[in-house]
This record gives sequence, C-alpha cells and structure tokens, in this order.
Amino acid sequence: MVPQLSWYLALSAVLFTIGVVGVMVKRNVISMFMCIELMLNAVNLTFVAFSSFFRDVTGQLFVFIVMTVAAAEAAVGLGIIIAIFRNRESLDVDDASTLKL
Amino acid sequence: MLRYIIFAPLAGAVINWLIGRRVRNERFIGIVACGSVGISTIIAFYLAFKSDGALRSTEPIMDHLWTWIQVGSFRADFGLAMDRLSGIYALFITFVGLLIHIFATGYMRGDSGYYRFFAYLNLFMFAMLTLVLGDNFLLMFVGWEGVGLCSYLLIGYYIDKDEAAPAAKKAFIANRVGDWGFVLGIMLVFFLTSAKGVASISFFDKPTQGVISALTTIAHITPEPFALNMLWYGGITSIAILLFIGAIGKSAQIPLFVWLPDAMAGPTPVSALIHAATMVTAGVYMLARCSAIFTHAPTAMFIVAIIGAATALFAATIGLAQNDIKKVLAYSTISQLGYMFMACGVGAFVAAIFHVMTHAFFKAQLFLGSGSVIHGMHHEQDMRRMGGLRKYMPITWLTMVCGWLAICGVPIWAGFFSKDEILWKVWVAGPFNLPAGAAKALWFVGAVTALLTAVYMTRLMVMTFWGSERFRDAHATADHAHGHPHEPHESPLSMTIPLIVLATLSTVGGLVGVPYAISSMVGGHPQNYFEETLAPVISSVPNTGGENATAKLHWLTPEPQAVDGKPAVAPAGEAPGSATGHETPSPQEINEERLLALVSVLIALTGIGIGWFVFQHQPLRAMPRLLENKYYVDEIYDATIIQPIKVGSREGLWKIFDLGVIDGIIHTLGNTVVKFGRTIRYMQFGFVRGYAAIILAGALIIIGYFAYSGAHALRFLVK
Repeated sequence: MVPQLSWYLALSAVLFTIGVVGVMVKRNVISMFMCIELMLNAVNLTFVAFSSFFRDVTGQLFVFIVMTVAAAEAAVGLGIIIAIFRNRESLDVDDASTLKL
Repeated sequence: MLRYIIFAPLAGAVINWLIGRRVRNERFIGIVACGSVGISTIIAFYLAFKSDGALRSTEPIMDHLWTWIQVGSFRADFGLAMDRLSGIYALFITFVGLLIHIFATGYMRGDSGYYRFFAYLNLFMFAMLTLVLGDNFLLMFVGWEGVGLCSYLLIGYYIDKDEAAPAAKKAFIANRVGDWGFVLGIMLVFFLTSAKGVASISFFDKPTQGVISALTTIAHITPEPFALNMLWYGGITSIAILLFIGAIGKSAQIPLFVWLPDAMAGPTPVSALIHAATMVTAGVYMLARCSAIFTHAPTAMFIVAIIGAATALFAATIGLAQNDIKKVLAYSTISQLGYMFMACGVGAFVAAIFHVMTHAFFKAQLFLGSGSVIHGMHHEQDMRRMGGLRKYMPITWLTMVCGWLAICGVPIWAGFFSKDEILWKVWVAGPFNLPAGAAKALWFVGAVTALLTAVYMTRLMVMTFWGSERFRDAHATADHAHGHPHEPHESPLSMTIPLIVLATLSTVGGLVGVPYAISSMVGGHPQNYFEETLAPVISSVPNTGGENATAKLHWLTPEPQAVDGKPAVAPAGEAPGSATGHETPSPQEINEERLLALVSVLIALTGIGIGWFVFQHQPLRAMPRLLENKYYVDEIYDATIIQPIKVGSREGLWKIFDLGVIDGIIHTLGNTVVKFGRTIRYMQFGFVRGYAAIILAGALIIIGYFAYSGAHALRFLVK
C-alpha cells in the first residue's frame, strides 16, 4: 500500500491544528513556543510532500528557508522568554500584559 | 581704482564698528571716519578731473569687479562705472559727505554712541556711492536698499528718544512701498530687453564682458504714444512709472513723502547728509540715469511733472507753518525735490541734476546751520524760543544767510541759476509729453512755490536770528538742574569750517551752470559748463520744436545722418558753425528767458519782502491750523490705510484666519487623531493568546473567502 499525497496533507493538517489550538489554550510560554514550532513543521511537511509529488525541488528549498527562520526565531524567542522570566518570575503569558493601556 | 571710492568708507565703517567700539576714543573714530571719506573724495576728484577723467572724456570709467549673478540670459555684474552723470553725483556726495562728517565730529561730541554713529554714517557713504556708481539696475538697487537701511539706522539713532523708533520704522516702510515699484520696474526692463533679444539690465555697454546696455536697447524702440492706457500696457511707460514709484518712495514725493519730516528725529548731520543732500536725490539720479526710458514714455513724464509740481507746492505751504526749525527745512527739501521731479517731467534732466547739486550745497548748509543753532541752543529746536541769535552766533548767522539767499533764488547765489533754469525749461516744455497749456500751468505752480519758499525761509531766518531774544523766557520756565543760565554760544571750529565751505559753495556753486541767456549779458559768453558736461549722457525729449536748448547730442541713438538744415527728430548732429554742438538760441528766446529770470528775481525778492515785513513784526504770528497740522495727511493716512490694515490684521487675519482657519485645521486634525486613537486603543488588550486568536480569525476569513469564491479569485492577483 503506497502512501498517497493526501495522507501527508492530512497529517500536516492535524499537526497544524494541534499547534494552533496549543497556542490558543496554553498559558505556559514554553509550550506556546513549542506549538509554534509544530505549526512550522506541519507546513514543512506539506512543502516536502508537494515537492515529491510534483517532482519539483523548489518546495524543499522553501523548507530550508523555513528551518533557518525557525532557528533564528527560536534563538530570539528563547532570549525574550528568559528576559520575561527574569522580570516577572513567571512563565505565564497572561502576566506579561503591560502593553494594555 | 573706482572700487576704492566705495570700499574706503566701507573699511572705515568696519574699523569703527570693530575697533572704535573698543577704544572709544572720539579722536580715533573721527579720524577713521573722516579719513575714509576723504580718501573717497580725493579719488573721486582725481578720476573725474584727470586728463581722461570721467568729466572730460565721453567714455565712462569702468571697473568690473566680478560677475555677480549669471543665470541663463540674466546677468548682473558687480561693476562700477563713472560717467559724467555719476561723476558729478560722486563728486558732490563725497565732498559734501566729507564736510558733514567733519561737522559731525563736533556735533556728536560726548555722545555715547559716537563709534556707532560714524560706523553707520560711513556705511551710508558706501551704500550711496554704490547706488550712484553701480553699472546696472540690480547693483543700483543694492545701494538703494543700503541707503534705506542706513537711513533707518540713523533716524533711529537716538534709541532713548520715543519718537525715533517709530520715525525710523515709518521711513523704512514708506520706502518699501516705493521699492516694490522699483523691483517690478527692473524686472520689466529685463523682460522687455529679453523680448528684443538682448536681455540686459546694465546701464552701459561692456564690450569686454559682452554686455549690451539695456538703455541702448530701449532707446531704439519707438516712443510710446501719450495715452493713459500705456501705463498698464507693460511697455516702456509701465517701466517708467514703476521706476518712478521707487523714486517717489526714496525722494519723498506725494503720496509717500510722510516719512521725511519724521526722519528729522535723527541727528542733524544725518538730516543734512541723508535727508537733504544725497539720499533723497537718488530718485532724481535714477530718473536722469534712465532718461532714455522716460523720454520714450511721455505719459509717465507727464505724471512725473504733475507729481513733482504738486509736491513742490504742497510741501511749501506746509513749510510755511512749521515751528520746528528742522521740520521747516524738511518740508523745504520735499518741496525742492518736487521741483527737481517737475524738471525731469518736462525733460530738463540736466536742470534737475543742476538743482540737485546746488540744493546739496545750500540745503546741507542750511541743515548744518540749523544743527549749529540747535547745538548752540542746547538742543532746542523750536524757533518760537529762539530769536536774536545773530549776536551770539555770527558765523552761523552769516553762513546761513548765504544758504537762505541761495534757496530763495537771489541772483549770483547758486539756487537762482538752477531754479531759474528749471522754471525756464518748464515754460518752454514742448508738446511731446504735455497737453496744451500744461507747461504754463506748471510754470505758474513753480513760481508760486518759489514765492512761498522765499517767504518760509525768510520766516525761519527772522524767527531764528532776528527779533527779540525769546530763549531767556523759555529757559526761565524750563527746569534746569545745572543752575547756570544757558546763553547760546557759537559752535567749535570743526562745525563752523564746514559751514563756511558750504556757504561759499552755495554762493558761487551756481556759476558752473549759468545759462547762455544770462551769461551773454556780461559779455565773454562763458559756456554753460554744467549743461555741456551732462548733455551727452542724458537723453532728450524728441520734437520739442527745436526751441529747447537741452542737449542735442544723443548718445544712445544711432549715429545721426548728416543733415544740413534743422533735423526733424531729436538726434541732431552738430549745428554748423557751432564749435560746441549747441545751437545759439534765437534772440526772442533769449529775451524771453531773460524776462523770466527777471520775474524769478522779482518773485524771490517779493517773497523775502513779505516774509521780512510780516514776521519781523510778529515772529510768533499764528499760522493757519490746516497748514500747521500738515493738512492732516498723517491723520488721513492713519484713518484710511493704517487703521484698516491694523483692524483687518487683528480682526480678520488674526482672529478669523489665523485662529479660525489655520489653527482650526491643525486643532481639528489633532483632535481627530486623538479621538480615533482613543477609540481603537481598546484593541490592545495585552494578552498574547488573544492576539493569536485575532491572527487565526484573520487567516480563517481569508482562507474562507478563497474557499467560498473559488480559486479564480486568485487570478486578479496573478495578473
């Protein structure tokens, strides 16, 4: 039984939805961060699947770009998280709400 | 060489301003100021009278310093030129200026702003000489503005006097009105010459720089007809009238004369130098310089003549009733300037310049004499508190008698020749620019003015130098802290020597321009040097019927054809048999001119007689209120112009336009932004997950749109 394109897309959709729901419901900033990574990788999976299906290498190139951006984002994001933690003694995002007027 | 004439006073001004203010040594400041003007005077005389000097050759002396502005076909040089006209001006400006500088070293002694006064005065000399020697309109305008600035600074020199600052401001603003016309005139000159293909604002041909004179170009255009609508036609008449507006402002003619009487708030040497001898005659200089323009614009000339005559009469009547010695002289100056413009208006530019020169002598003399009186009377200017001063100030009295006789037009004294020349030229003015009968009417106005001049000047002299000694009563009532009685005293040598020199010039200065009709009476036929010198650089009015003895040489027009008889048009060649190029006037003309001269003399003597008998008996005679209050001109201007502008500015421009419209726009804009921000600030609720939800909602809406309307919605994007 040969894996179909739709299988990959379905898996990708499931992973993306888990990521979205995670970002929405989680308060812990680390968890939210991981969920964002999950969404990015769900998209990566879609890229790779289409790349293989259409025999076009462009999709895989995009994956590399996304991974690079994700790595940079992880570095910056973790830095921000540490800075928030030092100020607030907490990882709850609802505590970091001083932007509100 | 020419450049040193203007830069020497500038250097003097800079030295006095930078060094003089530190050393505060009156001797040092006086030497720098007088020395720098002295250098200018010597150079000016040398350049004018050397063997190929400006007054002796037909070629002007040029000094091109640098090209100032060059944009496209527009070109203005910083270049100086001394031809016969500017030469004569430069001579009397530097010489009279030097005398007044010397006088001022005595008059201003002990004043705390000594260095400042002389720095301004030297700066004025620089500006005035730039005005006169500048070889194009724009450089002339630089000097024009420079003298205006210095006039402003010097009128407001007594910073602790209440009337000085408003007077200075008034002079400045009235001059701005005139300058507006002058600038437009210059622009129109440029446009007109551009249209002829030789764009230029230069007065002179400068072959080495490839500049062609704008005046030559205009002189080649056919004169415009005598019609009122030529004024706004945009041609030569428009140029002439705009330039004349500039002259009205600078030379204090109706309707902009109001600044000059107030300008007497400045120190008296300033009144003598700027507001009598030099600056106010800049308008006459400009008209004479642009004679090529004016002789092509008969309508403008007619207006010049009317305004000049009206001003002459108007100011003379006011001068009759003033009690401040300087105010009388100020109105007299306005009146005499009106005379000069009347002469320009009938095409007698040479006579006008002649009167400028003699007026510079005798009016400077009279002003300095009044300064000497004021000095001797311890800063008393009201003639009602003078009287009998001839015993106390004999030199001032004698010198002022010379000035008085000169301005009244008593024969031999300078004013007689120039005034008589003007009246004669007005009498014979041709049909070119005057309607029938206008010449005689103008002559009548001039004659009445001459009578009034003699009356009010006699009144001034009688009230000041003759009669009872009224200063004691005045000083008895006045409160004087320093006890000793104020006897009038004669002024120091530094003041009396310039008076004597100027009195001498007022006496004999007119002999350089004795008209033929009078010189032929004494035999020997001495030539009219003044007219012969100036005639080649002044354009003459065409079609004057050949009666007018003004210059027949016409330097601006092309070479005249050799004709034997009388040529029909102006550029006549030399008359056969005449070595000088002047036609000998016919006997009838000579008789007529002599008769008119006799009438002038009678008028002058009558005026002096009236003044003498009326004011000898009643020196304090009350004069008509209307005249004493100067026809309420200041009040009328205040009510019709100044108050409407003030009210309009305050109620309209400030309260409605500035507060309502401009501030309104700004405030409405700012308030809108603030309100908008206040409304949408609630979107920032501060929870990260909330923002994520909004992003999700937005993504769902976009995806939902494409899912609903199908992929073809994307085609717009692809295209």
